[in-house]
Order: sequence, then C-alpha cells, then structure tokens
Amino acid sequence: MDFLSDKAVTRLREAEALPDFSATRYTLREFLARGGMGAVYLAQDQHLNRGVAIKILDLADPDGTLAERLNKEARILARLEHPGIVPVHDTGTLPDGRVFYVMKFVEGSRLDRFLSVMPSLPERLRLFLRICDTVSFAHSRGILHRDLKPANVMVGAFGEVLVMDWGLAKILSTSSTENSPAATAGFGSLPNAVESGEPKTAATRDGTVMGTPGFMSPEQASGKSSEVDERSDIFSLGRLLEFTATLGANRNPGRTHRALQAICDKAAAPEPALRYGKVADLAEDVVRFLDGAPVSAHHENLLERTARFYHRYQAAILLIAMYLLMRTLFVIYSRH
Amino acid sequence: MTPDETIRAGGGNFPATRWSVVAAARSDDSAERARALDVLFAAYWKPVYKYVRLKFSKSPEEAQDLTQGFFAELLERDLLSGFEPKKSRLRTYIRLCADSFVLNEIKHAGRQKRGGDAVHVALDFSAAEGELRAQAIDPASIPSEERFEQFFEKEWIRSLFLAAVRKFREFCAAGGKVSAFNLFEAYDLADDDPPSYAQLAETHQLSVGHVTNQLAWARREFRRLAKEELRALCSTDDEFARESRSLFGGKA
Repeated sequence: MDFLSDKAVTRLREAEALPDFSATRYTLREFLARGGMGAVYLAQDQHLNRGVAIKILDLADPDGTLAERLNKEARILARLEHPGIVPVHDTGTLPDGRVFYVMKFVEGSRLDRFLSVMPSLPERLRLFLRICDTVSFAHSRGILHRDLKPANVMVGAFGEVLVMDWGLAKILSTSSTENSPAATAGFGSLPNAVESGEPKTAATRDGTVMGTPGFMSPEQASGKSSEVDERSDIFSLGRLLEFTATLGANRNPGRTHRALQAICDKAAAPEPALRYGKVADLAEDVVRFLDGAPVSAHHENLLERTARFYHRYQAAILLIAMYLLMRTLFVIYSRH
Repeated sequence: MTPDETIRAGGGNFPATRWSVVAAARSDDSAERARALDVLFAAYWKPVYKYVRLKFSKSPEEAQDLTQGFFAELLERDLLSGFEPKKSRLRTYIRLCADSFVLNEIKHAGRQKRGGDAVHVALDFSAAEGELRAQAIDPASIPSEERFEQFFEKEWIRSLFLAAVRKFREFCAAGGKVSAFNLFEAYDLADDDPPSYAQLAETHQLSVGHVTNQLAWARREFRRLAKEELRALCSTDDEFARESRSLFGGKA
C-alpha cells in the first residue's frame, strides 16, 4: 500500500470522525443524519438497553462557541416538556472534547417526505396545527425556534409530530414571560438578560444571519437579531403552512384556496406588524378554514361567502333541496 | 516504549505514547534525534515535494533537489528549534519554512548545488511523481495561496493515514487479524466506491454480521493508530487536541 486515493482519504476521515463512546454508557450503532453543526447517531444505552439518538458537535470549534450552543440546545430541550418535542436524557463530552446530548430515538419521516404521501388537505392542515401547538408552547416558555422548516419537523411512527433541531433557539427575556404559565409551572428560572443562555458571541449579535433561506423572516435574513421575536417564527410557520398546503396531491400553488393563501400571506408578511401576533391566532384561522368559517386574514366577497356557505352546509342544503323538490313533485302529482 | 508496546498499550481515547517529534528532535541523544527526523521526513517529504512541484511550478528534478535541500537545511540549521506550538501548528510551520527556503533558493539560484556536504535523504521521488500524475492536478486549478495551504494539508493527511495504514497492517499481521485488514482494505481503502457489506461477505465467505464486526474493530484500531501518528507529530497535548478536532472532528 503506497498510495491512498482521495476517496479513501475521505472515507478514512469520516471513519476518524466517528464518535468514540468508550468512556460513556453508550455504544455506537449507526450514523443517522447530519445537521448544521452536528451529526446524529443511533446508539445503544447499555444501562437501559434501549436505542437512543445522540447529537454530537462535528465542526471544528476552537473557541468553544459551538459547544456552548449545542449545550444550550440541550438545556432548552430539557426545559420544553411537550409531546411535540423530543425529550433529552443526558449530556456529556467525548474524550476528544466534542460535546453531545442524548435524546429519545424517534423513528419516522421528515415532514416533506411524509406530506408527499398524505394527499388530504384537511389531514395536512391538522398536522400543521400540531406544529403550531408545539411552537406556541415554546413561545409560552419564552423560547423561539428560529429555524422552522420542513426538514426540522418529523412525523413519528405513532403519528406524533415533532419539532426538531433547536440549535438556533433563542431565549427571550423574562419580561415577556414572567406572567406566563412557565413561571407558575416551576419553569420560571429563565435568566433576565435578553438572549440569556446564549454564548456571547457573534453568533447572536446583530449582523449575524442564522436560519434557512425561504423559511427565514426578513429580520432574521438581514441579521437584525434584536428585532427577532415570536413573529419571526410565525413568518416561518406561514411559509411552512404554504409548503404543507401545496405539497402532496395538490402541488399547484395557484390552486391553493384563496382564504388559505391569505392565511399564509398574513403569517409570512414581510413586515412583522402585519403578521399574526401569536401562533394561536394563526392556528385559529387555520381551524376556521378547516371548519368552513370565515378567516380573519381574508375579506370575502358575496360570491365567495355564498360558495363557502354552500361548502360548509352542503349536506344540509342538498337535503333541503331534495325535500323541496320531492315536495313539489308530490304536489304536482296530487293535482293531476 | 517500543512501537509494539505502544500498540498494545493503546485502545484508550488518546494515544498512550506522548512521544513527540518536536521534543525528540531537540534531544541531546543523537539516536532520539535521528528517530525524530525519520518520523518527520516520513510524514512530510511527500507533501513538501508535491507542494513545491505545484506551487512553484518546478520540474521533477528541481523539486527533488529543493525537497532534499529543504530537509537538509531543516537538519543543519535546526529549524525545528524555532517552532512555537502556541503560535502555529507544526504542519503550518513546516510549510512556511519550505516556502521561505524555496523562495530563498530561487532568489540565489545556483548559489549552492545540492549534494556535496548536504545531508542526503533517500526518498522515493518517482513514487511521488507517479501519484501526482495519478491525481492529475492542474496547478492552474489551485489559484490561491489558501488553496495551496489546503492542498498541503490534504497531502499531509494522506501521508499521515498512509503511515497509520502501514502500522495497522503490521499490527493485524502480528495479532493474527489479517482477515480484518483485508476487509478494511477492500472497503475503507478502496480507490473508488467500495463494495457493499453483502458483497464483501460473499467474496470473503463470511456472514454480513461478521463483516460488520470486523470492520468496526478495524476502524477502531486504525483510529487509535492514526491518532498515535498524529500525536507524535504534535508537540503538546493541546496542539494534538486541536489538530485532532480540526482534522477528524469536523467536515473536511
């Protein structure tokens, strides 16, 4: 063996990057996925004899900034106990200095893949509402996700909808949350400073862009971190709603219902002040759309109102029409 | 500690040996110094040769002469004594020394022909030249200084891994694990896309589970040996941790 090809070197480097769990209670089973700053592996918890997912920092991190961010993500997840958020079991540091956290291993599909085989629009919208429920819960705990997109939503084997990858999450100041259920539920130890819990680095200062183009709000895209609030997540949810509504059987965005499109547009308005104020308001409009009721984002004309009324009460209208028709036929028959 | 002892003592998270080429090169013991320089040449001569060939557009003969001359000067002028681990990595220092040496040679062209009292190091330049041809690298495709740095680093990693592969082969042969090395060679060292585990199992008449276990063992041992190689080329634990993380802990 006198020479290693580029492919062999790359393969060996990847093998080298495999985590060494020898000093932990976990054994490596397989690589699962790679995210922005970490790789996720399936491992076996030898104490409890069960599979777990372990997210490990896999970027060079000379000043520890990324390690702090991964640790922060774990702390945030540990605080957010909700069926829509994967629970964290453990954190630690590998012998080579890389930090990791251990979470429940969830088998399922990414949202985009799941939607492609889910043709019913109402079903997709109900799935979207569960994402809203999770994000709304996080907001009530003073936490913004800041990277909501299809790749960060997973649908589990039991139909559970999970919002993943809280690596860019931001903790809001307690001023907006001190009266929230979080404070009264024993969670109220949120630090005082804005963005507290985050490393004091360029990663959170104004001018630094974090998020995913297409789903990132304009204030995030322009790096105005101080202007990012709940409405930034609502922008992403608006884009996610549009994605959810148009993917699958109904792939043509032009055929999206006008009221539903209006909800998407309002949620993803460029100006934060024009968006929904809360995730719950957005969700309420989606529920109203599903129920065939008027939505706050769209002012209907008479024709649309009539059509909506017809669709909402279609069965009753048809029954009444049938009854009237039969009654009329009966009267005519009786007279003859 | 002998190399064999080192191998047997390994298996932990960091190489058991703390032997460092930089410290050994400064040793008063001439045997220790010679060993250090052997390790240094083994790890760096090919990257230096290829780097000089491409960056300075030198002919094979000129690049050979300059590479020999550079390592001779490294010895004669004790250039390693100027290396400060807190300021840079050893590979960066050696690359910059090579830059400086070649530029100086170009400036004073013909000042001193290699040979004579210069230390001669036996290096297989034809193999390095063959590799360059196999890699089919066009120097024009490496336009910036930064790309040359990356090229040097890549060649250095290749050299490091190759040394680790050789040690691993010896380790397997000594421990009766030749079949594990064969699987490792067929899969991890394949020039192109490797065969599937199922194909490997069929070829080697093993079960897929056996192939999986053997490869897992081979990679674990190879990783340990590669880190030992890396550790020897770093002057401090801190430098080793940084190099290890930068080379193996992140995306290429």
